Amino acid sequence: MGKATVWALFIILFFLHQDFWWWEDSDLVFGFMPIGLAYHAAFSVACACLGALAIRYAWPHDLEKFAEEK
Amino acid sequence: MTTLIVIIGYLCLLLALGFFSNKLFRGTSKDYFVASHSIGPFLLLMSVFGTTMTAFALVGSTGKSFERGIGTYGLMASISGLVHAAIFFLIGIRLWAFGKKHGFITQIQFFRARFESDSIGYLLFPILVLLVIPYLLIGIIGAGKTIEPVTAGAFPALFTNPTAPQWLGGVPPWLTGLVVSLVVLSYVFMGGSRGAAFANTFQTIVFMIMGLVAFVFIINALGGINNAGKVPARINEKGLVVQDYQFDKQKAQLQANEPPKPIGRVINFENSNLTDQQPHFWREPVTVEFKKKIPKSGELVPFERELGIPFITFVTYLFIPLSVGMFPHLFQHWLTARSAKSFRLTVIAHPLCIMVVWVPCVLVGAWASGVLPPGIPPPAVLSAMLNLLVGDPILIGLLTAGVLAAIMSSLDSQFLCLGTIFTNDIVIHRAGENKYSDKQIIFIARCFIVVIVAVTYGLAMLAKNANVFDLAIWCFSGFSALFPVIFAALYWKRTTKQGAIASIIAALLTWLYYFHESGYGGEYMVGPGIVPAAICFGASAIVLIAVSLFTKPPSEETLDKFFPKKSEL
Repeated sequence: MGKATVWALFIILFFLHQDFWWWEDSDLVFGFMPIGLAYHAAFSVACACLGALAIRYAWPHDLEKFAEEK
Repeated sequence: MTTLIVIIGYLCLLLALGFFSNKLFRGTSKDYFVASHSIGPFLLLMSVFGTTMTAFALVGSTGKSFERGIGTYGLMASISGLVHAAIFFLIGIRLWAFGKKHGFITQIQFFRARFESDSIGYLLFPILVLLVIPYLLIGIIGAGKTIEPVTAGAFPALFTNPTAPQWLGGVPPWLTGLVVSLVVLSYVFMGGSRGAAFANTFQTIVFMIMGLVAFVFIINALGGINNAGKVPARINEKGLVVQDYQFDKQKAQLQANEPPKPIGRVINFENSNLTDQQPHFWREPVTVEFKKKIPKSGELVPFERELGIPFITFVTYLFIPLSVGMFPHLFQHWLTARSAKSFRLTVIAHPLCIMVVWVPCVLVGAWASGVLPPGIPPPAVLSAMLNLLVGDPILIGLLTAGVLAAIMSSLDSQFLCLGTIFTNDIVIHRAGENKYSDKQIIFIARCFIVVIVAVTYGLAMLAKNANVFDLAIWCFSGFSALFPVIFAALYWKRTTKQGAIASIIAALLTWLYYFHESGYGGEYMVGPGIVPAAICFGASAIVLIAVSLFTKPPSEETLDKFFPKKSEL
């Protein structure tokens, strides 16, 4: 996995954010959570996972080194 | 009264924290402005998250969900999880690196160096101040709206002119705003950016814990997690919006309304499939006519509200979170980081922290539609729910302290940042680095902070009935319109001084136009529901590219400084 994959996942997540397919659905998940809200809460978790992948596979090591150089 | 004592106790604790951070203060201006680049991962996460979550997050999100339903979360929170984290990664770390390498303390210093231009600083300074002020206002307005309902009845002989009749004797917004401003001013005055980072961390932990505690108590009061889902207002077979439940405060129990209580009427109900829908639990727009009571005359007047969110609005809202890339107070927090690695925790945990705070608030706002009168001011929804559903005054005090914590954890950074940019970008820049001693520099920053606090307080009193969520969106819109400038400065070598200046002017003019059209801070959409930020951003980006391509590129020396050849980015 490289930077390109991280960028691709970012773009996929952006499109997944536009969940028009549940726009008129007010069903409850687990008996209390509207499905539109549950989906976006899961989306937030996916964003955290993407952040972890970006750090693992796209970390700007050279920039870090550049900043620390005297 | 007990509630008020708890809140006062919390404020005293914050002042004590200010004294403590003052002990750690190293006495240099660099320590006052950027904590000598010493902040580690956890403090950075808490201060960045606490700064971005203000009255907007707790008070505003609950109020907006009460107005428009659960779509509020996708509109601002989940997209922010994606966009904010990306900005911390792509812009925050890069700016931190240049700040550390070249000794920048403020955003304007970076822009002046990158575009080889003094004038860009003088152009940006008043614009940044102009845009931060609405952000400050929402904090002071939000605090006032929160305290009055929860202290209702404490001083009936003293405070006789409440915002709503049921809040007679509550601490009025002008007094709350004054006290909150003075407390924040005190600890920023004493501890500078280190004090703000400590206070932000403490307050962020407080508001996250208190938010979850409040959520649990509200769920219990609504008859448990599964019953809470049945509480929001419902549309009946006649097209009336009804409340199936009411909360009996004396018995501390949720009771069914027999028959359900009508509170509004769906406009154009014919031929729709809305029967038995809970409009706050979906996002399809539905226009409803409600009635609200005029506080002074007691007269009932009708008003219309659109529940749900148009899809085009939802999509174009993605431009709003881009604002964090240009927040001057966030830039200052980034520069406090000890190393680039300090950003890692923030990139991962920021979306999760947003979720922990926003999901309960959005649910509470939707549930509130089933037990509160529809005419209640949206910023007062959260405290009205606490007051109605949580009986214990000590607990209400602690929960309210949590709300204040969220508000103050943003105010401090913003006050400090304005003092920092005024001192560094205007005073020292004009007078020269050696004219003032470190002590004098800190004194100047503190004086400017006092002036800004006084001006903000005065404006907050004039705009005390503004909608916290909408005002925040206007602030964010202005900063997101400036986003092309920072992005291009970091990633497009061909960006020129003239392009950046033209872009800033285009952003300002388009923003001012729409802000004026909105009636200075109201909810406003263009055409089928496009947020003005999308158009301001587009105008700013197009002007930046066009003017840059027709003007002389920056010097090789500048490009070498800001585009290091070994960089992978």
